[in-house]
Amino acid sequence: MDIYTRRKAINYLNLTFATLTTLFGLFFLTWLLWILFERGFSHVDWNLFVLDTPGPGDEAGGLRNAIVGSLMLTVVGVLIGAPVGILAGTYLAEFGRYALISHAVRFINDVLLSAPSIVIGVFVYEVMVIPMGNFSGWSGAVALSIIVIPVVVRTTEDMLRLVPDTMREAAAALGAPQWKVVTRVVLKAAISGVMTGILLAIARIAGETAPLLFTALNNQFFTLNMDRPIGNLPVMIFNFAMGPYDNWHDLAWAGSLLITLTVLALNILTRIFLRPKK
Amino acid sequence: MNTTAETLDNPPESSGHASRAIGDRLFSGVSWLAAATVLMVLGAIIVMLYIGARPAFEKFGFWHFLTSAEWNPVTEVFGGLSPLVGTLVSSAIAIIIGLPVSFGIAVFITEMAPPWFKRPVGTAIELLAAIPSIIYGMWGLFVFAPFFADNIQPALTDTLGALPLVGELFQGPPLGISVFTAGIILAIMIIPFISSVMRDVFETVPAELRESAFGVGCTTWEVVWNVVLPLTKVGVVGGIMLGLGRALGETMAVTFVIGNSHALHAALFEPGNSIASTIANEFTEADGEVYTAALVALGLILFLITFVVLALAKLMLIRMARGEGRAS
Repeated sequence: MDIYTRRKAINYLNLTFATLTTLFGLFFLTWLLWILFERGFSHVDWNLFVLDTPGPGDEAGGLRNAIVGSLMLTVVGVLIGAPVGILAGTYLAEFGRYALISHAVRFINDVLLSAPSIVIGVFVYEVMVIPMGNFSGWSGAVALSIIVIPVVVRTTEDMLRLVPDTMREAAAALGAPQWKVVTRVVLKAAISGVMTGILLAIARIAGETAPLLFTALNNQFFTLNMDRPIGNLPVMIFNFAMGPYDNWHDLAWAGSLLITLTVLALNILTRIFLRPKK
Repeated sequence: MNTTAETLDNPPESSGHASRAIGDRLFSGVSWLAAATVLMVLGAIIVMLYIGARPAFEKFGFWHFLTSAEWNPVTEVFGGLSPLVGTLVSSAIAIIIGLPVSFGIAVFITEMAPPWFKRPVGTAIELLAAIPSIIYGMWGLFVFAPFFADNIQPALTDTLGALPLVGELFQGPPLGISVFTAGIILAIMIIPFISSVMRDVFETVPAELRESAFGVGCTTWEVVWNVVLPLTKVGVVGGIMLGLGRALGETMAVTFVIGNSHALHAALFEPGNSIASTIANEFTEADGEVYTAALVALGLILFLITFVVLALAKLMLIRMARGEGRAS
């Protein structure tokens, strides 16, 4: 075999391998989604949304308490985390763009973005659950908010940086104080980007299980009381999937399908938001 | 002239000056506080975990805790070796499988796919990262583990398991619940992270360099291997470290399939344990100060390991970005 044939052969071999790896990745995505629909879809019905989770041996049951609990935890988590994240992102992009603390915050923020979420659960257990004396919805929401903050900080800064400096200068030249420049001009121009960051954060925490295991815990019954353990979809899925009953498994699959569809929808929505306009 | 200067210095609404200064100071102060919160959260996590873990470190000693594999809630003797080894081994498997696959995907998307096809494929791969880890766990437990035990594991035991030296690794009961299964699922979960970093850094290579290599007759593969990869290796390593950091701390997917056994085995098909899965399984049941402290100590160790790995990843990506700035 001469050198040209050999080089071509190596090229084809490696490019075929690259194509196969891509198919490998897509294969697992398809497999996961297929299984979710196959096992979950038939159990998504009206009862799922109006009945509470069944106890051991109960026949009928739904996910009402878990869905409502998950919504509450997510909303409160975002309400705590997003303002902190937006303000911090604003500081990094506007007030302290080159400040020493900003370099540190950017670095630490990127590390926290990928920090193990189970450790955040342990941390919130130490600072909230132990002093309060019981597991609670509030501590679950705080744990989620710690995951929200880095996501929002990152996207807010990136989005504000996209606003051209000429707009800031134009507003300043008209005599606007900096806080007005930031709120009325920069944040207003970047509002859809900032919103995208919040959507991404919601997608991130919608399926988070580990930080809720020993903060919000779980609750078999319907409750709106955030001072007590509260039902939520991820921990329900964990408990029911590990449980011995078939109807528990069915509900876990239905819950998994709900969460996955929500998360995928949010992700695709943010991509549409962020798509560069032609 | 003089009057103009005066009006500029003292605008008609004299209160405007004061409110401007107060508004600016207030807003920048509040936003500074929010930025500082990020640092305080990190500090608080480390301090609180250390306080929570201290009873365990005091009782067993830091190094002894790390090197002992005994985990006995009844006699209250705890050592973190088995979860630590499980975490490292399952993450290593994830990188060994995930790295070539991510590289292939990045090459496919940057060098081979037609332009209209790049976006959908890239999005689909990234959606793998969006799926919550509990879903991977359930799929792993009910679908993948049985499939693996029936179809792949016997084949691996028959082929790789028959080899000298490494054969020992590919033994174990045909359950599909093992450190190896956890590693495979982790690999699937980190592929989108590694491949998207690789894709990004590959795309920073200037088109002129690619074109000149093609011009002197390089094949696509030679361009990737001899031009693109050497220029981007720092970024690529950063991407791998990012994936590793993710794999080390992954909890729910691992908890479902790793088997939660504190026994240490050389064989990868035996059930094992990871730090995150040990905490997830035992934290709410842990009674007694020492038991809880031992779990918190594991959490602290996990946090410190991932912190170092992720910080290195970030440093490499910063270096990559700087080099890029210099080149252009």
